[in-house]
Amino acid sequence: MIAANLPALQIVLPLIAAPLCLLLRRGNLAWALALFVSLAAFAIAVALLTQVLDSGAISYELGGWAPPWGIEYRVDVLNAFVLLIVAAIGAVVLAYARRSVAQEVPTSQHSGFYTAFLLCLTGLLGVAITGDAFNLFVFLEISSLSSYVLISMGRDRRALTAAFQYLVMGTIGATFIVIGIGLLYMSTGTLNMADLGARLPAIGANRTVLAAFAFLTVGATIKLALFPLHFWLPNAYAYAPSAVTAFLASTATKVSIYILLRFFFTVFGPTFEAEEITLNNLVVPLATIAVLVCSTVAIYQGNVKRMLAYSSIAQIGYMMIGIGFGTVTGLTAGIAHLFNHAVTKGGLFLVLGCIVWRIGSCRLGDLAGLGRRMPLTMFAFVLGGLSLIGVPLTAGFVSKWVLVQAAIEQGNWLVAVAILAGSLLALIYVWRVVEVAYLRPAPDSAPEAAEAPWSMLIPAWILIGASIYFGVETSLSLGVAEAAARFLLGGAG
Amino acid sequence: MPMIQRHSILRVTTKLLTPFILMFALYVQFHGDFGPGGGFQAGVIFGAGFILYALIYGIEAAEKVAPPGIIRVVMTLGLLLYIGVGYFGMFLGGAFLDYNVLRQDPVQGQHLGITLVELGVGTTVAATMITIFFSFAGRMRRAGRSG
Repeated sequence: MIAANLPALQIVLPLIAAPLCLLLRRGNLAWALALFVSLAAFAIAVALLTQVLDSGAISYELGGWAPPWGIEYRVDVLNAFVLLIVAAIGAVVLAYARRSVAQEVPTSQHSGFYTAFLLCLTGLLGVAITGDAFNLFVFLEISSLSSYVLISMGRDRRALTAAFQYLVMGTIGATFIVIGIGLLYMSTGTLNMADLGARLPAIGANRTVLAAFAFLTVGATIKLALFPLHFWLPNAYAYAPSAVTAFLASTATKVSIYILLRFFFTVFGPTFEAEEITLNNLVVPLATIAVLVCSTVAIYQGNVKRMLAYSSIAQIGYMMIGIGFGTVTGLTAGIAHLFNHAVTKGGLFLVLGCIVWRIGSCRLGDLAGLGRRMPLTMFAFVLGGLSLIGVPLTAGFVSKWVLVQAAIEQGNWLVAVAILAGSLLALIYVWRVVEVAYLRPAPDSAPEAAEAPWSMLIPAWILIGASIYFGVETSLSLGVAEAAARFLLGGAG
Repeated sequence: MPMIQRHSILRVTTKLLTPFILMFALYVQFHGDFGPGGGFQAGVIFGAGFILYALIYGIEAAEKVAPPGIIRVVMTLGLLLYIGVGYFGMFLGGAFLDYNVLRQDPVQGQHLGITLVELGVGTTVAATMITIFFSFAGRMRRAGRSG
C-alpha cells in the first residue's frame, strides 16, 4: 500500500504535518514533528529516484481519476532528481533550524514557523512532482505564500519590506505563469503537461501559443531571478531568518528553474522554434551578464549574507547558460550545477547562520578574527567558498567544467571566457571574507565567541562535506543530470 | 456610551438576521452537491455572519462567541478533515482522495467523500475569514488603546 502511494505520500506527508504543527503549539514539539516528516520525505524521494532509475517514469492518478482529465503525479528522472534535492535540503535545514530559529524568531511564532516551513516544503515538492500544469501553479502559490511569511519572520524590520517586495514580484511571476497556462488550455483544452506536449505540435506556433510561451518564460524567469528580473532576491535572502535563507536559496529558485525546463522541453518541446530563438538570443546573453555583473556586485557587499545572495544570482546565471545552449552537454551542466549549487550554497548559508547565532551579525567587519575563534565554522566557509569558485575536487568545479565544455562545443568562446571570469570574481568575494576572518585580528571590543552548537554545526558540515564529496564522486550529480538532459531532449530516460 | 449602542435598528436587525445567515450558510454547504454552492461559498457566508455580529456588537462580544484560540484550532481541523479523507481512501486501498473506496457502492462513496471534503473546506474558510477579521480589527483596537 505504501509503495504504490509513494508519489502521493511525498506531498501529503508534509501537508498533513503542517496543520498538526500549528495544533501542537509548543515550538519544540512542532520542530520534532517537522524534522521527522522531512526525513520521511527524504526517504521517499530516495525511493522514488531509485525506482525511476530502475524502471522508468511513475504515474500516479490522484483520486483515481485517469489523466488527462484527473490530476496526474508524474515522476521521471528529472523531477525525481529535483525532489531529491528539495527533500534533502529540507531535512538538513530542519535538523539545523531548532537552535537558530529559537534565537531569531519570537517564541510565540515557533509553531507557526514550522507550519509555514512544511507548507513551503509541500509546495516545492508539489511543483516538482505534479504532471498537471494548473496543479503546478497551485503548488507554486502554496510555496510562494508560505515563503513570504517565512521571510517576514526575520529579526530585522526590513524583513517585512523585503517580504513585501518579493510578494509583489512573486505574484507578478505567478500571474504570468497562470495566464500562460490559461492560454495553453484555451488552445488545446488540456492541462496535463504530457498531453499538452503531445497536442501542441499539431497546433503549431499560432499567436495564442506564442503569447502563452512568452508569459510562461517571463513568469518563470522572475521566479528564478534571472538577471535583470532578480531585484527581489538580495533583500529577501539577506533579511530572512538564517534557516529560511539556506532553505529558499537552495530550493526555491531551483524549483523555478525546473518549471522553466518542464515547460520548455516537455510542454513546448525542444523543436519549438520560438524556444530556440529565446534560448540562444535571450537566455544565454542575459545569463552571461548575470554571471559577470552579479559576481562583481557581490564583491562590493558589506553584508556577507547579501554577498552570497548576489552570488546566488550569478550561479543561477551558470545554470541558465547551460540550459540556454539547449544541447545534451549544456543541459547536463545546468542540471548538475542546480544540484551542486543547492548543496554548496545551502551549506554556506547554514555556516553563516552559525556565525549569526554566535556574534549576532553578518557584516563583513564583524567577522574579524573569527578564523581563530570559530575555526570549524570558518573552515567550513572556506571549503564552501572553494566550491563556489569552482576549484578542482569540489562540486562547483564538476558542473562548471562540463559547462565550459558545452560552451566550447558550441564554439561560443566568449561565454567560455565569461564563465572563467566569473570564477575569478568569485575568488575575490570569497577571499574578502577569508581575509577578514583569518588575517585581521579580532577587535578588543568583540564579544567572546566560541564554536556554534553541534546541532547547527553538523548539518552545516553535512552540506559542506557533500559539496566536497560530489566533487569527487559524480555518478549521482552528473550521471543523473545527464540522464535527465537526454530525457528532456527526447532520448530515452 | 459607544455610538453603536444607539443604533437600535441595526442591533435588532442583526440579532434577527444572524441565525438565518448561519442557516443559509449550512444550506449552501450541504446543498452544494446538488445545486450551486459548496464549502467555500458556505464558509464565506458563515464567516460573514460572525463578522456582521462583530461589526454591530463590537469585537469583545464576538470574541466571547468565537474565542480566537478555538477558531484557530477549528481552522486547522477543517484542513485535517480534508487531508484525513484523502488518507482514508489510501488506507482502504485506493489512491489519495479516492472516494470510490469509501463505501461499497462507488456512487455513495463519491457522495460521502465530497460531502466530507466540502465540510472541511467550509470549516476552514469560515474560521479563516473570522481569524483575518479578528486580526485586523484587533490591530485597530490595540493601536487605539496605546494611542
